[in-house]
Amino acid sequence: MANMAQAVRMALHYAEENLGVTDIFGEDVGAPLGGVFTATQGLKTAWNTPLDERGIIGMAIGLAMAGAKPVAEIQFVDYIFNTIDLLKVAGNTCWATNGDWNLPMVVKTPVGSGIRGSLYHSHSFDATATHIPGWKIVIPSNPLDAYGLMISACQEINPVMYLEPKALLRIKGEERIPGEPDNDKLLSKMIDAPLGDRSQWKPQWPALEAYAVPIGKGKVVRAGSQVTVVSYGRTLPLCKKAADDLAAEGVDAEVIDMRTLWPYDWEMIKGSVEKTGRVLYVNEDTEVTNFGEHLVRRTVEELFYKLMAPPRLLAGKFIPGIGLADPLEMASVPQQGDITAAIRSLASEQP
Amino acid sequence: MSKPRLLNREEESLPLERELLVRMHDLMVKARVLEERLIQMYKQGHGYFWIGGPGEEAFNVPLGMLMKKGQGPAYDYLHGHYRQSATMLALGEEPIGAMRQMKNVVTDPYSGGRNFAGHFSKREWNIAPVSSPIEIQYTMAPGTALAQKRHGGDGISIVTGGDAGTAEGDFASCLVWSSRKGNELPVLIIVTNNKWGISTPAETQHGETHVADRGKAFNMRTKTIDGNDPINAYLELKEAMEYVRKERKPFLMEAMVSRLYGHSSASGANMVGNEQDCLTVFEARLEKHGILTRKEMDDLRNRYSEDMAAMARQVIQEPMPGPETIWNHIYAERK
Ligand SMILES: Cc1ncc(C[n+]2csc(CCOP(=O)(O)OP(=O)(O)O)c2C)c(N)n1
Repeated sequence: MANMAQAVRMALHYAEENLGVTDIFGEDVGAPLGGVFTATQGLKTAWNTPLDERGIIGMAIGLAMAGAKPVAEIQFVDYIFNTIDLLKVAGNTCWATNGDWNLPMVVKTPVGSGIRGSLYHSHSFDATATHIPGWKIVIPSNPLDAYGLMISACQEINPVMYLEPKALLRIKGEERIPGEPDNDKLLSKMIDAPLGDRSQWKPQWPALEAYAVPIGKGKVVRAGSQVTVVSYGRTLPLCKKAADDLAAEGVDAEVIDMRTLWPYDWEMIKGSVEKTGRVLYVNEDTEVTNFGEHLVRRTVEELFYKLMAPPRLLAGKFIPGIGLADPLEMASVPQQGDITAAIRSLASEQP
Repeated sequence: MSKPRLLNREEESLPLERELLVRMHDLMVKARVLEERLIQMYKQGHGYFWIGGPGEEAFNVPLGMLMKKGQGPAYDYLHGHYRQSATMLALGEEPIGAMRQMKNVVTDPYSGGRNFAGHFSKREWNIAPVSSPIEIQYTMAPGTALAQKRHGGDGISIVTGGDAGTAEGDFASCLVWSSRKGNELPVLIIVTNNKWGISTPAETQHGETHVADRGKAFNMRTKTIDGNDPINAYLELKEAMEYVRKERKPFLMEAMVSRLYGHSSASGANMVGNEQDCLTVFEARLEKHGILTRKEMDDLRNRYSEDMAAMARQVIQEPMPGPETIWNHIYAERK
């Protein structure tokens, strides 16, 4: 099975060939490296930019204005913060012009902890991204969704923020991407750039098929009846594993992968919480003014009388960064044990 | 700064055809009267904020006249700022649109009552939306220019902004992105230098002698010009545009201009006496050369004043946008 970086790359290849993507660019995105996470290796429209995040976002806006279809990369989300006002402008251009201009552009960027990235390679962006109206925001938790969400992003006529959980970029999926060969070694031979001299290398792309994960639709990744767990990105597989583990203790948890943070699948969350009466939101952004807080607020306002226990949020600690030492990172953002404990405790809470 | 061509010498004749001079003058007057009307509307409570370009007509009119107007990469893009009503009029825009934006009525053609005066936008003519953060337009111009370079033809991207704003990194971004060797882009980078931030004099904010000099480090053609002389501005812009159109390379132009009503309504929007008025100087010249008489020019101004007073009376009767429309156009819909 492809890993997420390969899935993104294949989706971008598909999008160059079939969806009119004209430019894939960012720092070290083009040859020879093909992206610091290899997600853009071998793509024909990939090119390297100056080391200038504001210039990258501005370039994307300009290209989108002029009828091109750009996919811009910010090398690590930690470096997107100096472009916030440009992101705001990209998000408000359609509204500000009363619908005259729209910007079909994608910004992709790796997010979150999990690679021992210390202070400036571990940040999350979900809370900030969901605070910028006019964008659609997606975050896959497995390679197939990464492929399908990128296809949808490239079909959009509005700005899309594509958040890549960097801890998951190297993890293989459980489902094949339509068109992917069934031999992983073969896939790697075909599309991974060789080490050393790459000047003569060209990828051999498999015959990929269209597969779109619709923006705005979540997915029930594990059905359950006693507690709802809503997550996305790096913490999603941890939630799934926790739910599977807890089944042995007689706790039956339903796990929802949001996949899109805006506009999000409230109907799916609502239906599940109405069924279980208990909900835990899990993400790793800092907990104060967290996107999960919005979900908690909405749950309280709309579903209060269906609840058996207060809705809970498990998120990153409200501290200025993630320290490099293993115990520091582990203590800063939710880990497997934290999630299991939180579900267990919520499931047993009685009114 | 380049020597204003032929200025301050006894000129035999003006170096542009009479028809062009008359048209340029007409547009300058129209733009001036529009801005004065907008200021008046603001002062009478028919708007919350005024910002505009009285004093920059001598530069902004020729710019609009010389632009290749249309939609898409075959035509010029303008990434402008909030002092460019004169450019809009020179492109053929009706002045009532600016008044509608001032009054933020539902008919405001640029933002539907959502944005400040002077925040133009018109996709049909490649007028990128003006937005308030200073200088961000400089990051976008290389984007449209790249699409234009690929598209072929002679369309260029034009970006304008103020001198104080060149301290922002976005200005440097534009210099870097438009001048990479082998990847030069057809951008006409303009700085209209009125020698002020809001209240901060230029000499306290820049170390460089001319803003245009910064382009030299990027192997760019550069020039500082007198933007208060419309004939000079026309000729300089024409030359610079021809270069960018043909060579597909950037050009950095700094135009020295006046700021006749201060920064905006935030600083009172009152006429300042100590700046050169490009219109007065031009009119004296036109009169001297027998292009137009004083009476013709006065009549023109009076006619525009009356027309625009009538437009303003109409605009203030027009409805405000409905509160439910806040939900419109958050996203574009596929048609
Ligand atoms: C990024 C940003 N910072 C501050 C402001 C507030 N502001 C509006 S106009 C202005 C001065 C701009 O001066 P200059 O760039 O010389 O342009 P001018 O208005 O003189 O034409 C400032 C500071 C702003 N709009 N955007």
